[in-house]
Amino acid sequence: MATAVTPEAVEKVVFDALPQFGAEPSEISREASFEDLDVDSLDLAELSQIIEDEFGVQLKGDDVGKIKTVGDAVDMVVSRAG
Amino acid sequence: MKREIVVTGIGAVTPLGVGARTLHERWSAGTSGIEDGEGTCTEFEPTEHLSIKEVRRADRFTQFALVASDEAIREAGWDGEPPYDPRRVGCIIGTGIGGIGTLTNSHQVLLEQGAKKVSPLSIPLMMGNAAAGAVTMRHKLYGPSFAPLSACAAGAHAIGEAVELIEAGRADAVVAGGSEAALVPLSRAAFGALDAMSESGISRPFDVRRDGFVMGEGAAVLIIEDAENARARGANILGYIRGYGATSDGYHLTAPDKEGLGAAEAMRLALADAELAPEDIVYVNAHGTSTPLNDRAETRAIKAALGDAAKDIPVSSTKSAIGHLLGAAGAVEAVATILALRDRIAPPTLGYEEAEEGLDLDYVPGKARPLDIDGKPAVGLSNAFGFGGHNAVLCLEAA
Repeated sequence: MATAVTPEAVEKVVFDALPQFGAEPSEISREASFEDLDVDSLDLAELSQIIEDEFGVQLKGDDVGKIKTVGDAVDMVVSRAG
Repeated sequence: MKREIVVTGIGAVTPLGVGARTLHERWSAGTSGIEDGEGTCTEFEPTEHLSIKEVRRADRFTQFALVASDEAIREAGWDGEPPYDPRRVGCIIGTGIGGIGTLTNSHQVLLEQGAKKVSPLSIPLMMGNAAAGAVTMRHKLYGPSFAPLSACAAGAHAIGEAVELIEAGRADAVVAGGSEAALVPLSRAAFGALDAMSESGISRPFDVRRDGFVMGEGAAVLIIEDAENARARGANILGYIRGYGATSDGYHLTAPDKEGLGAAEAMRLALADAELAPEDIVYVNAHGTSTPLNDRAETRAIKAALGDAAKDIPVSSTKSAIGHLLGAAGAVEAVATILALRDRIAPPTLGYEEAEEGLDLDYVPGKARPLDIDGKPAVGLSNAFGFGGHNAVLCLEAA
């Protein structure tokens, strides 16, 4: 059963996932860019898998290309679910 | 005109520990890195050397190659950046199998949890060229890079092809070696089914009681440069790659040619490439797998290639101390050969006690022995032969 998609829930899952890709926990915020966090396309492919697993929301290649910040990712998941 | 090719840095991760000198010193002292029938790199802790991101972006075979290349590059004095135009620095890291640990883990996820759970990192980690790619990224090398895949000859092929790149004028230097991390249930079962692996768990090359190879893991990397360039930059020269010979048995997928014809021809070619005679060879680092077939065929090949000189040349097998490192073996053993020649010693074939009829070379039983070579150059051969009938032989000289 997928978790209900609320901005808070998505943010928590994304924030929790990023450190495993090597992102510094203290630098993670909605405003932080993935580039600054050293999170690249391969990491985002893994993050997409985590999000789909948790919320049943799929992010496809085009979507991922538009995402620049952590907040962008959270917003996109929330809007896709709506 | 043939270019002179030098080695200016070496690095290794082996079952005897982290570091090329560790391998040399422990093997020479008679220490074995084999425990419970396998040569595992128990002293290797990836996070001591690599960031969290680097560790999770690399299969274990790539981690070994990264750590070995760091050591070699440090020794060569390439701190920070290579001393040449990086577009003229290549990277060739061979492997027998590549990221089989990643492959089998991902396959298990596929079967147990479904396709959607398979990690996007599966392919980039398992691919056999991953180590070569990772080393170029870490050190910003922009010359030719690839991975020879020739089973247990891959590490030697990598070094030989590095020499070719420099001789052809297509690179000034090459980071070359081999890496393997195949201690997973699938390879144990598969090699076991082939009857190639030792049931006793003892690696004792050339001994009549030998019953197969002991699988090991690890990597070695060498920094190979054009001698003129290396001297011009004041590099410390560890040794020379004098010759390279490569052939194929064209005979059988797993068994060596019984007479060792392809292996003998590779040794002859390496000698000819070095413009040397059998009498110039003071040590042979054998492929010496501890399988009944290899050690018999290799003994014949050494006799065929080196003729009357063979009986006086010490021949020993690194695999007696660390097991068979498959695609890494040729590179690890090239490193071991250079350091043995540097110290003018023949390290021992550990566990060798009982001779087999016809296997009558000097296999250096017991303990390391000084090479009594007076003022002669310290030149040796390092043999590597692989499933598929691939033979690669390096003729090496220590400075």
